[in-house]
Amino acid sequence: MGIRFILMVNKQGQTRLAQYYEWLTLEERRALEGEIVRKCLARNDQQKCSFVEHRNYKIVYRRYASLFFMVGVDDDENELAILEFIHLLVETMDKHFGNVCELDIMFHLEKAHFMLEEMVMNGCIVETSKANILSPIQLMDKAH
Amino acid sequence: MNPFSSSTRLRDMIRSIRACKTAAEERGVVRKECADIRASINENDPHDRHRNLAKLMFIHMLGYPTHFGQMECLKLIASPGFPEKRIGYLGLMLLLDERQEVLMLVTNSLKQDLNHTNQYVVGLALCALGNICSAEMARDLAPEVERLIQFRDPNIRKKAALCSTRIVRKVPDLAENFINAASSLLKEKHHGVLITGVQLCYELCTINDEALEFFRKKCTEGLIKTLRDITNSAYQPEYDVAGITDPFLHIRLLKLLRVLGHGDADASDLMTDILAQVATKTESNKNAGNAVLYECVETIMAIEDTSSLRVLAINILGRFLSNRDNNIRYVALNMLMKAIAFDDQAVQRHRVTILECVKDPDASIRKRALELVSLLVNENNVKQLTKELIDYLEISDEDFKEDLSAKICSIVEKFSPEKIWYIDQMLKVLSEAGKFVKDDVWHALIVVITNASELHGYTVRALYKAFLTYSEQETLVRVAIWCIGEYGDLLVNNVGMLGIEDPITVTECDAVDVIVDAITRHNSDMTTKAMALVALLKLSSRFPSISERIKDVILKQKGSLLLEMQQRAIEFNSIVERHKNIRSSLVERMPVLDEATFNVRRAGSLPASVSTMAKPSVSIPNGVSAAPLVDLLDLGSDDILAAPSSSSGADFLQDLLGVDLGSSSAQSGATPAPKASTDLLLDILSIGTPSPAQNSTSAIDLLSTADMNNNSSTALDTLSSSAQPHIATTASAGGMFDLLDGLSPSPSKEATNGPAYPPIVAYESSSLKIEFTFSKPSGNPQTTNVEATFINISPNTFTDFVFQAAVPKFLQLHLDPASSNTLPANGGKVTQNLRVTNSQHGKKSLVMRMRIGYKMNGKDVLEEGQINNFPRGL
Repeated sequence: MGIRFILMVNKQGQTRLAQYYEWLTLEERRALEGEIVRKCLARNDQQKCSFVEHRNYKIVYRRYASLFFMVGVDDDENELAILEFIHLLVETMDKHFGNVCELDIMFHLEKAHFMLEEMVMNGCIVETSKANILSPIQLMDKAH
Repeated sequence: MNPFSSSTRLRDMIRSIRACKTAAEERGVVRKECADIRASINENDPHDRHRNLAKLMFIHMLGYPTHFGQMECLKLIASPGFPEKRIGYLGLMLLLDERQEVLMLVTNSLKQDLNHTNQYVVGLALCALGNICSAEMARDLAPEVERLIQFRDPNIRKKAALCSTRIVRKVPDLAENFINAASSLLKEKHHGVLITGVQLCYELCTINDEALEFFRKKCTEGLIKTLRDITNSAYQPEYDVAGITDPFLHIRLLKLLRVLGHGDADASDLMTDILAQVATKTESNKNAGNAVLYECVETIMAIEDTSSLRVLAINILGRFLSNRDNNIRYVALNMLMKAIAFDDQAVQRHRVTILECVKDPDASIRKRALELVSLLVNENNVKQLTKELIDYLEISDEDFKEDLSAKICSIVEKFSPEKIWYIDQMLKVLSEAGKFVKDDVWHALIVVITNASELHGYTVRALYKAFLTYSEQETLVRVAIWCIGEYGDLLVNNVGMLGIEDPITVTECDAVDVIVDAITRHNSDMTTKAMALVALLKLSSRFPSISERIKDVILKQKGSLLLEMQQRAIEFNSIVERHKNIRSSLVERMPVLDEATFNVRRAGSLPASVSTMAKPSVSIPNGVSAAPLVDLLDLGSDDILAAPSSSSGADFLQDLLGVDLGSSSAQSGATPAPKASTDLLLDILSIGTPSPAQNSTSAIDLLSTADMNNNSSTALDTLSSSAQPHIATTASAGGMFDLLDGLSPSPSKEATNGPAYPPIVAYESSSLKIEFTFSKPSGNPQTTNVEATFINISPNTFTDFVFQAAVPKFLQLHLDPASSNTLPANGGKVTQNLRVTNSQHGKKSLVMRMRIGYKMNGKDVLEEGQINNFPRGL
């Protein structure tokens, strides 16, 4: 229900972060990622609509610099809200890493995951306040 | 040791992977790392575990198998330190899923962690549970989670709430336990807890009806108050997104209200105020505002009707539609599709904008707009809409043409006001996008063409012209050669010119050229070539002057590499050469394919159609593409026609020959709409109900007379001109039978020698009287000609009079067309001839059941009876 998966993929098609909320085998995941990325990359040159329909769900995507943020949602989900959520995610990461870029996510993959976990659980949005999201992570960093 | 110093080695690994230039290099690096990790696991070194796991996660993300690391996750989870647990749980969620049995081992650790003193650990456990728990784990750990919903720390509460969402989804039986807890969550102040509480309630409502009732009664007002507070609240920097406080919470609340208000008028009443407020006050220049508005509109659509709110909603959608941003327009189109269901007018106002959207460069918007347009079509605007869509078809992209042409075809079919317009539009579509048009579409086109008798000439000329320009479109070619084959004489002789046409001269040679072109072209596929051969055969009998040339072409196809072509060529060749006498009767005009039955059948055979007939699907192509063959083998080929039979198998042949019509006509109703038991082909060829049956009977009669007259072209003309009257609605039309009676020696007038039998009153009721008079044709004692006279003895006029009869198996019955189907009042008469053949002549006498249907004063009346008083010896 709600969000099925969240992907961050760069322009060459390499996955930088993948979080799935439903079970897919490894081959399925790779195939899925490949298809979606190809669709989004092709579209980006010409049109500007951020929603793509793929099989039985919708992909809401947005491009930030060199990274594509793609969220796969159910058909009944509010797409504009998901777009806002992507922006919120980016802003949260920005606040934590300071001017976040793709390399930050790559080299601190586990922190990116922690942040995402605080925000989304089981496909539903849990927390939307940046302060609340970042406090456990900052606590962890401070302890070390 | 600082566990996150593992990132130095993780970083090294990442660097080395990035430095790889080829995929093979990368695989090598990954393999080496995996080997190192495996060695390290075997050593069971606790210090490096987290580092290993981090590396494993990265490798997993790249797509390599990492199942050897799963036990490591478990060991990490079981270790006491928080960072190890952290990484362990993360690894658990990424590398494992609910189907693995390894998960069961974790249950115990999870249980301990749920009771841990450190609340962050509890949070971790809840998170993990919430993401991947299976049904058994859910059952085991549900009581713990319930307790945690009431925990003092809001972070734990919110996580526990979402965890319960998952539990409830996995094990719906546990839902009752969570209802109370959920309703207490709704009174929270903390946004995080509130959002998750709302989500839990939403889930409970969708799963469990009692929960729905409970929430509806108790919590609706509380929710509305919360929504109001949030809408009116002051600026909160934490939750503010683009000027709106926590739009996510707005949206979730609206969603829950939607579920609560759906189907319940009271709840909907309570909500109207707040919905109106949200709809009007939210700013829509930012995406967040639009998101809230969108959700609000969806909620307004779903709850019980308040027309003012709905008008508001549609206005908002109208504003969305004209927004520059593609996303907003997409969303608006989506919503309008739902809005059409109850307010068509309002959506019609935006028709022009929607049409513009069909031409948008964005593929998603185009698709949505097209679906919306097809819902908007009604009789008034169909012509203009179709014109626009066809214009666009010419310039659209290849991949969109398929959808577009399918939609245009369905619109045209459903709403076409006149046949000529329908044919025009379909021709244009075929010319532009023929290769995308599906088979049943052009089959339907052919059915319509055969039904529109006055347009035959026009159609075939238009097709001819189109063929000259657009001969690459396969379907166009097929329809064209079928029509030229059928109506070639109309084409050449410029028959049936309509006022709007320019005269063109087409010689027989030209017509044959067209077909020869279709055969010989290398990119025609087999169906087209086969159809072309059949068309040539038809033309060889219609254009006797160039039958030599046609014969040559057919001969050449004898050597074709395709088996089907060879077979057809040889058979047709032998017909042309040796069987000239039956050739014309073989290729006479196709009987009119009954549109109504075709549509009903086709609707029944298409799974996604709106028809209420859930009847078996004998697919249409059987009926129609077999048409050329049936054309040829009209007089009773058992094998081909037996294939789609669903009812009487053995009686098939007799049914086809118009014999034993009594039983099959008693099966089917008095109306043209067939029941499923009657056969597809029977219906399509209008055999099986008495009135069209009479067509085939008379056709066969005509054929036999044509045989006797030894096949001159005059017979052909009489055949073709008498084919015109065949085109009628299936209720028997009065005028037609005059023509037939004039043409053919009607069987009832054959010499009636033999003993005379007294007439009988077969049936008498308060409004109708039926008399039979008998005669026997010479030479056949088993056959009796009966002239039935129906007399209207009531003071009302009967219309749509239909007589049907059934006889036992040892009798065979022919019904001729009635003299008319209207009986004037007070003594008006209608006569109808029957021929009965008694195979048990002398042993058993005639007996008949009959059914009469007619309309009196606008009401349908049905009368049934049995006739037992036939004279003996018939």
